[in-house]
Amino acid sequence: MSDKIYMVPNPPTPNKAVAFDADVCTGCYSCVEVCPTDVLMPNPDAGKPPIVLYPEECWYCGGCVEECPAPGAIAMLHPTSQRISVNWKRKSTGELFRLGMKNPPPPNNRPPSG
Amino acid sequence: MSIWHEYVQREGQVPEWPYPVNYGKVNEMASDVLVIGGGVAGVRAAISAAQAGASVVLADAGHAKRSGSGGAGVDHWHGACTNPCSKVTPEEYTKGCYDSMQGYTGAHVRYIITNESWDSLVECETWGLQIRDVRDEFKGAEFRDEKTKLLFAYDYDNRHILRVWGWNIKPVIYNEMKRLGVNIQNRICATSLLTEGGRQGGRVVGATGINTRTGEFYVFKAKATVVATGGAGRLFQCLPELTASASMSDMTSAGVGHAIGWKAGAELVLMEKTGPNTLSGFGYAPYSMGNASNTYHGAPIVDANGKEVPWVDAFGQPIQTQHQRFACGPGQKFQLGIGIGISAYLPQYRQNNPVFDLPERIRKGEFALPLYIDLTRMSEHERRVLWGLMIGSEGKTRIPIYDTFTKAGFDPDQDLLQAPVMTLEAYANSCFWAAGMNTPPHIRSGGGSYMVDWDLRTSLEGLYAGSGSTAYGGGCHGESHTTGRYAGRKAAQYTRTTPGATVDPHQVEAERARVYASVRRNRDGIGWKEINMAIARVMQDYCGKYKNELTLKSGLRLLGELRQKELAEAFSSNPHELGRLMECSSLMDFGEAMMHASLARKASSGILDFHRLDYAEMDPPEWNKLLAVKQVQGEASARELPLDYFLKPPFAPTYEENYRAHCGDCEPRV
Repeated sequence: MSDKIYMVPNPPTPNKAVAFDADVCTGCYSCVEVCPTDVLMPNPDAGKPPIVLYPEECWYCGGCVEECPAPGAIAMLHPTSQRISVNWKRKSTGELFRLGMKNPPPPNNRPPSG
Repeated sequence: MSIWHEYVQREGQVPEWPYPVNYGKVNEMASDVLVIGGGVAGVRAAISAAQAGASVVLADAGHAKRSGSGGAGVDHWHGACTNPCSKVTPEEYTKGCYDSMQGYTGAHVRYIITNESWDSLVECETWGLQIRDVRDEFKGAEFRDEKTKLLFAYDYDNRHILRVWGWNIKPVIYNEMKRLGVNIQNRICATSLLTEGGRQGGRVVGATGINTRTGEFYVFKAKATVVATGGAGRLFQCLPELTASASMSDMTSAGVGHAIGWKAGAELVLMEKTGPNTLSGFGYAPYSMGNASNTYHGAPIVDANGKEVPWVDAFGQPIQTQHQRFACGPGQKFQLGIGIGISAYLPQYRQNNPVFDLPERIRKGEFALPLYIDLTRMSEHERRVLWGLMIGSEGKTRIPIYDTFTKAGFDPDQDLLQAPVMTLEAYANSCFWAAGMNTPPHIRSGGGSYMVDWDLRTSLEGLYAGSGSTAYGGGCHGESHTTGRYAGRKAAQYTRTTPGATVDPHQVEAERARVYASVRRNRDGIGWKEINMAIARVMQDYCGKYKNELTLKSGLRLLGELRQKELAEAFSSNPHELGRLMECSSLMDFGEAMMHASLARKASSGILDFHRLDYAEMDPPEWNKLLAVKQVQGEASARELPLDYFLKPPFAPTYEENYRAHCGDCEPRV
């Protein structure tokens, strides 16, 4: 990582749309291949996670995650303005939770139907 | 370490474009049938054309495995009137749509859809889609038929809307398309239709496009072309930073399929219709918030203190039980679902709802914000089918909502999902996440479709329309499958008896020169996004809710100005930006068609939400008619059509006779 300070445009909004776990991602670029709006580009360093070039063009279909052969490599991140909006309350205790909170409750591992 | 800024910081340089770029390089391909648009409709068109023996090329703006409004999945299937459990006939369903829209919908297309919607779905089942409760997960549920194991949605009495495990429907149909040998061309932004002799209004003999990764030029020659594209989602606003995540159509929805038809001289209908743009993306992430509409229909809404919001039937009469939310009330034979292109339902077809005056009740203190949905109040079957099947399957829900929320700890068995806290008027529509009230009123959506006949053929020989957006009378996800499938079949039949088509080289060369202008000039023009925003401003101001002849003509003049100046001087850094810029060019064509249609309708109309200040009288009976607009030698013209033109000569007087005469190979599957 360079210590230089560069002239770059402001970070795009949203910043990421999807986040890659470099330890899990195999760099196969299946996600790049199918993204309907070409948000992602192959990394010039082959094998490294894709570059999120056009995050504002993501419409959050989740196709990249479904296509990914390495589960956990891609996390889809709705814009923070929407993650902050998603709240729920545990009926029995009244506890309040929100999507993306610092100390989330344990995951619910029940798979979808079918 | 994956966004662009991080790369620049790490490497100290800007990454090069990752694909080889060859602006202007020509690729030619010929086929019997060309399909433009690779969403669910386009893929189904390609499949049925290939099944009928045609050679097929499909060109998609994204990648056909995942692209399109229906590419992210589906949880319910409308209008399956011929499924073995349905108590609604195609005639009844068609009448419900036609009467609700006061005649302003292509009822012939509705009739085709309701006759073949079930067949379209069963075909998906043969390719591997789950449409039945084969694991008996919902055994004994009132929305399940024990013999067929089909699950029903919304109107449990009449069983014409099915619940399906459609989360992987796009890969399923894509794989079948590949298996049939369709030549799939991804990343193609279509730029024009080719016509015989290059003449506007002539037979359509193919299309041109550019690849938005390589910049290469494509010439598609075809005996028949099916347009299966989406709407013009970027026409009245282009704020993807704010809205893309909350929209139900992606960036490629630029009205390209309509625009290339308009330029080629095809007739379009209802282009003057606009309405509040409730799904424009100014709400919340789709399905991410507590609500009681569509996929969440029937969900119990409670206030901050656990007090439940009562429900009423379509006539406003109180209903008491959970069961009644999914049942017809007095005065109803059956209900139509939402999202099928009906802008106003007659009460005899409308679904049950939470009380209509919820905003006023909140204002008076009867219910305390925030509201929640409490799925624990539903039976285990209802809760599981809503969250586990429908949220697990609907478009933009399996990963974005089900997977994300459950990993974050949300458990529908014990947690209440909060509804948005928003301006009170927004609670009048129980689809809270769409929150139409959050959309500024000057941002509308609109436009119509191709005028189509009983073959789903447009006014141009060789050109067919098959998708929810392009065929007049199309609707939701399943309807797009069905119209695409029908149009592909008819296009293939046409090619059997039709000589090969000759492309006009002058037309091709003129188009090639046009599309590359922005990559060949000095880099001092503006880019696509600023131009898109300017187009949207013109549409908001000059083709908004209120119009008159002068404002519409001003709008046309300003779109023309944009085209002659900013578009002509625009710059594109790479093939991706070039594609977006070409989409802007299509948006201008789409907007112009809307303004010409608006000029032609010299009367105001309630059902069309059309307000001419210079013809202020609402709904004068003599204007109860359809307008078909087209270009002839570059000039716009309009033709009047009766609302039921599809039952007037040269067509037969009944739906049944026309359908039997035209459908071809349409014996129902068992």
